[in-house]
Amino acid sequence: MNLLPYLVAGWLLLIGCFGVVRSRDLIHTVVCVAIAQSGTYVLLLGIGFQRGASAPVQGAPGAVVDPVVQALTLTDIVVSATVTALLLALVIQISKRAGTVDPDELDELRG
Amino acid sequence: MDPSWLPPLGIAIPLAGACVVLALAKFVPRLVVDIVAMVTAVVAVGAMSMLLAFTAAGRVVTWVGGWTPDHGVGIVLAADPIGAGFALLACVLTACALIYTWRYFDDAEAHVHVLILLFMAGMVGFSLTADLFDLFVFLELMSATAYALTGHKIEEPRSVQGGFTFGVVTSLGAYFSLAGIGILYARTGQLGMPQIGTALAGHGMDALVLAALVLVLTGLLVKAAVVPFHFWLADAHAVAPTPVCVLFSGVMAPLGLYGVLRVTTTVFGGVLPAASAHGTFVVLGIATAVVGAVLCLMQRHLKRMLAYSTIAHLGLFLIAMATLTASGVAGAVVYVFGHAGVKGALFLMVGVLLARKGNVDEFALFCEGRDERLTKWLLPLGALALAGLPPFGTGLGKAISEESTESVALTALFVLVSAATGGAVLRASLRIHFGLGPPPDDTDRDTTKGEGEEQEGRFPNRVPATMVAAIAVLLTGGLLVGVVPQVAEAMGVGAQRFLDRNGFIAQAMHGVAAAPVGGIETAWTWSGVALGLLSAVLAVAIGFVGVHFGLGRLRGALKAPLHVVHRLHSGHVGDYAAWLVLGMTAVGALFVIT
Repeated sequence: MNLLPYLVAGWLLLIGCFGVVRSRDLIHTVVCVAIAQSGTYVLLLGIGFQRGASAPVQGAPGAVVDPVVQALTLTDIVVSATVTALLLALVIQISKRAGTVDPDELDELRG
Repeated sequence: MDPSWLPPLGIAIPLAGACVVLALAKFVPRLVVDIVAMVTAVVAVGAMSMLLAFTAAGRVVTWVGGWTPDHGVGIVLAADPIGAGFALLACVLTACALIYTWRYFDDAEAHVHVLILLFMAGMVGFSLTADLFDLFVFLELMSATAYALTGHKIEEPRSVQGGFTFGVVTSLGAYFSLAGIGILYARTGQLGMPQIGTALAGHGMDALVLAALVLVLTGLLVKAAVVPFHFWLADAHAVAPTPVCVLFSGVMAPLGLYGVLRVTTTVFGGVLPAASAHGTFVVLGIATAVVGAVLCLMQRHLKRMLAYSTIAHLGLFLIAMATLTASGVAGAVVYVFGHAGVKGALFLMVGVLLARKGNVDEFALFCEGRDERLTKWLLPLGALALAGLPPFGTGLGKAISEESTESVALTALFVLVSAATGGAVLRASLRIHFGLGPPPDDTDRDTTKGEGEEQEGRFPNRVPATMVAAIAVLLTGGLLVGVVPQVAEAMGVGAQRFLDRNGFIAQAMHGVAAAPVGGIETAWTWSGVALGLLSAVLAVAIGFVGVHFGLGRLRGALKAPLHVVHRLHSGHVGDYAAWLVLGMTAVGALFVIT
């Protein structure tokens, strides 16, 4: 078993979280959330991958890679697109109303 | 009649209703939109009631599209009384929220109705699915619509900010869950809960399975607002439209706990020692209950106060569920149902105050509510019900839960935490409606004020009948859960079915008919009534002491630690993400050491 895709997936998830923690700009925060999610794509595709196997198309010769994880990844991408778009729309609105996109300056809600 | 068509219907009805509303919205007046949305919710309530009735005889299992396990891949929906009960709760609360919305937002466009119906579809699906990946999909459907509903008042900086924080934290949690599901698939080659459960039991526990457990639970614990994953909840509740808060507090956050219990028992029940799950969940539950109760007492923003009270109650539910016994689970579920009614009514009453006074700040509203005929008497009653006053459902759930823990210390915690949350609401009500005590001193800079909330609706003369009806339905519902013995009995049967892992797998996978189960003791006991009354009395005491002394000296003494607690809830999305990762590590460590 090749460990590399799993390490990459773990790294992307954690670096995405780290980015959200250290972020000074909400757009950057949204991108970091998307990066964390791309860790899950790598993980899922890594799980189904077989060296030398072809794409899971009906009638493909020889071994094919696992189609289930590809379906999961596709679903995941749809989720990602929705969430990213929604979060970016909220950032636009925050920027309009609060006049800043620096999370350090947004302290309306606390305690 | 074959009931297996009912679970998919529960998901299809709201989706279809949402499409119809969206298609009609451009051409028809607001009234038609309201009616279509309302009819959809009522039909779903009917379908889920039928489903709940069918589950009394055994689980209702549906292999979607007829793809049974013989085909290799298939998606299974499995309803037991608790799952069906949660689905019904989601539909009933949605119907109440829609009645309330009728006049509440005059300017609401049809997209609010569409979002609420989609949210309901997500919650029903989450309650009924027995497929781990579908659990993630429904979690995301619930979450994405919830972010949009939270940030609905897009002209208000706080509202979009709360929605954003909620979105980032919950999404990160859900991605960790998905990573855990991926690991489980890699290990077992399965996605259905019964299949994974069977495969894992043959495999045994190792570090990878433990990692998968912690990852899957992370997203669900974030949804359930368990400390230290709870930060988003207060921010989201403070800014979301009031009818939406009813859904968040009453059913969405408890559904997170339902998911935690489902995953722990069905998927990991074969490999995870019960003592380990018990120890971890009790520790998390105690922390959540205490943090929630303390912060609830310290709030002046009424919606945040109710939100922290929800967190405290979620901790109590988790402690009861952690027993992993039928009485504990039944107690927690009855408590959730009673709490949903009472908390929903309290939120709607705060909504009435917001609509009439344009403010939800305890200090600013001092003496302002003297002429409010509706909330003047119902708000204190709701506060006492929140504390567990018999015969409300909260009291019955609390009593069953307390007995299931078989621990004096935990029983004392139940009494104190529920009294503190009830006492905080009562204090606010006494100040607002009766003008008791000295005018509050407005020097605290640590907490969010309740001023500057956008006024939702304007009713200077009288409160519309639809809003009163929603409040009455919810409060009566909370009462009926405690008064009608069949509710608790059904949940007693449901809890036994829920914990019967082998029966679940046999029925879902091989179509083995469910064995009949006996009932458990779920009736009121004298000790339960006494402890409920004790909580209510303590709540009254906390309310009056809070009003008259303003907790001045106590607050002075505790200033430094309270300041630290307040500063931890900074509203900064980065801090919350850091807590999420830290909490995930802590949960893993707890599983290892217990």
